[in-house]
Amino acid sequence: MDEKEKLFNSGILTGERKGAIKPPKELWETKKNGLVVIECPQRIPCNPCHTSCPTGAVKPFEDINDQPQIDYEKCTGCARCVAVCPGLACFVIDLTWGAEDKALIKLAYEMLPTPEEGQVVDCLNRFGEPVAKGKVVKITEPMKDKTLVVHVEIPKDLVMDIRAIRVV
Amino acid sequence: MRETEVLVVGGGPAGLSAAIEAASFGAKVTLMDSDLALGGQLIKQTHKFFGSKNERAGTRGFKIAEELFKELKEREENIETFTNCTVTGYYKEDGVVSCVKGEDEYFHVKPKKIVMATGAQERIIPFPNNHLPGVYGAGAVQTLMNVYGVVPGERVLMVGAGNIGLIVSYQLMQAGVKVVGIVEAMNKIGGYWVHAAKVRRLGVPIYLRHTVKEAIGDRFVEGAVIQEIDEKFQPTGNEKKLDVDIICLAVGLTPTCELLWQAGCKMSFVPQLCGYVAQRDKNMRTSHPDIWVAGDAAGIEEASSAMVEGRIAGLGVVKALGYGAPEEIQGRLEEYHMRLADLRGGEVGAKIREGIALCSVESWEV
Repeated sequence: MDEKEKLFNSGILTGERKGAIKPPKELWETKKNGLVVIECPQRIPCNPCHTSCPTGAVKPFEDINDQPQIDYEKCTGCARCVAVCPGLACFVIDLTWGAEDKALIKLAYEMLPTPEEGQVVDCLNRFGEPVAKGKVVKITEPMKDKTLVVHVEIPKDLVMDIRAIRVV
Repeated sequence: MRETEVLVVGGGPAGLSAAIEAASFGAKVTLMDSDLALGGQLIKQTHKFFGSKNERAGTRGFKIAEELFKELKEREENIETFTNCTVTGYYKEDGVVSCVKGEDEYFHVKPKKIVMATGAQERIIPFPNNHLPGVYGAGAVQTLMNVYGVVPGERVLMVGAGNIGLIVSYQLMQAGVKVVGIVEAMNKIGGYWVHAAKVRRLGVPIYLRHTVKEAIGDRFVEGAVIQEIDEKFQPTGNEKKLDVDIICLAVGLTPTCELLWQAGCKMSFVPQLCGYVAQRDKNMRTSHPDIWVAGDAAGIEEASSAMVEGRIAGLGVVKALGYGAPEEIQGRLEEYHMRLADLRGGEVGAKIREGIALCSVESWEV
């Protein structure tokens, strides 16, 4: 087993896979409010990303075990799936946000302490290593179930690295 | 002697579902649980469930328990509930069940039908000093934290990267406890990949092909030594000492089936279902014509499947008792069977499907 596969087997995404692919570049760069990035590469019996999607962007599942498939044209970046996904595997990334070198990530947060809007937090990669500082722009609780959706301004070149925050 | 139509043993997700389903057709149900409160493991589950809308996917486990309690309450004229009440024996000769409520109230019940939803027990692995205070089962850690609001310690080594190990690690972090690492004997995590990703991105290392070698400490856990193992599970000599005060074992569960043995149900050892389980027909009836089984007692699986199995067993019982319109019961059964097939449909369900095939019979009729 090579090093990449070993990492994947311990929960680290290594490159694109079925159920964990990047949105198409052109649409992504121009879509205001961002597009969903789902990292759900294993077939498991679960479909709330589809059933909660208000626009049908997460396509219907033929089999509940299927990995999610996305119609990016329909995605509005609303982040409802971010709030609902039991695996915390949905993110919304808005490349049109802010200055040229910035982007916005909307991610689920269920830890303490809760961040505050305007606060600067550590942005962590898939290993949990701090790789940048990010400013919390907005916090919502879409399902009123204690899962927060935190909007964080991050460096644009790290949008495929940053997947968590730590409030410091 | 107390009599009842349906005795449900165990008030976890399977037992609650069986009781609700049976009572909804008018059967008189007695529900017993050895714990102080109903809900079984559900009340400790602060994470959101997987599955589909039917299994309340996206809802936290303890919220699902609350919804089941509501359903139970709506049928309270047909359900009598006993908590802190352990079913201690089944007497084959006359079908009488012995029970102990609290510490000294001993009584008998004679049910017409029984659903055994007794759940599971945690496994323990042997290693030097595993008797020290600070070595916990993952279920105990969850009970302390999520039921009683007590953190078990400050720094944890989690043993096992199945769903329980991964989820409890995440919950420990939510409680402010440092998870120093997770060791897993296999070369890949056993739980859902997304659960592993969730703890990895918060900085928790997962050591594949590793196990705990020993606990360090005199009177309580003051550290742990982990070691690498090869594909034959033999140590490679590569060791690492971790500064922890808790060693949490999430190394699997085994079905609780003593009452099924006592009742003389035909049992099979099915590794895929994690131990001895009762042979059953499609509607969860055992070889004993008056006994059904559901949930982890029928084979270790997810709570979502346990709830559907409980419903199926409940329907099986009311059908046998002659309640309800046969076509309505049949319709519901078919729907539940479809849901179960969906839940077990994917790769992660393959093991369960194999296991169930090994202990299923077409029909008990001769």
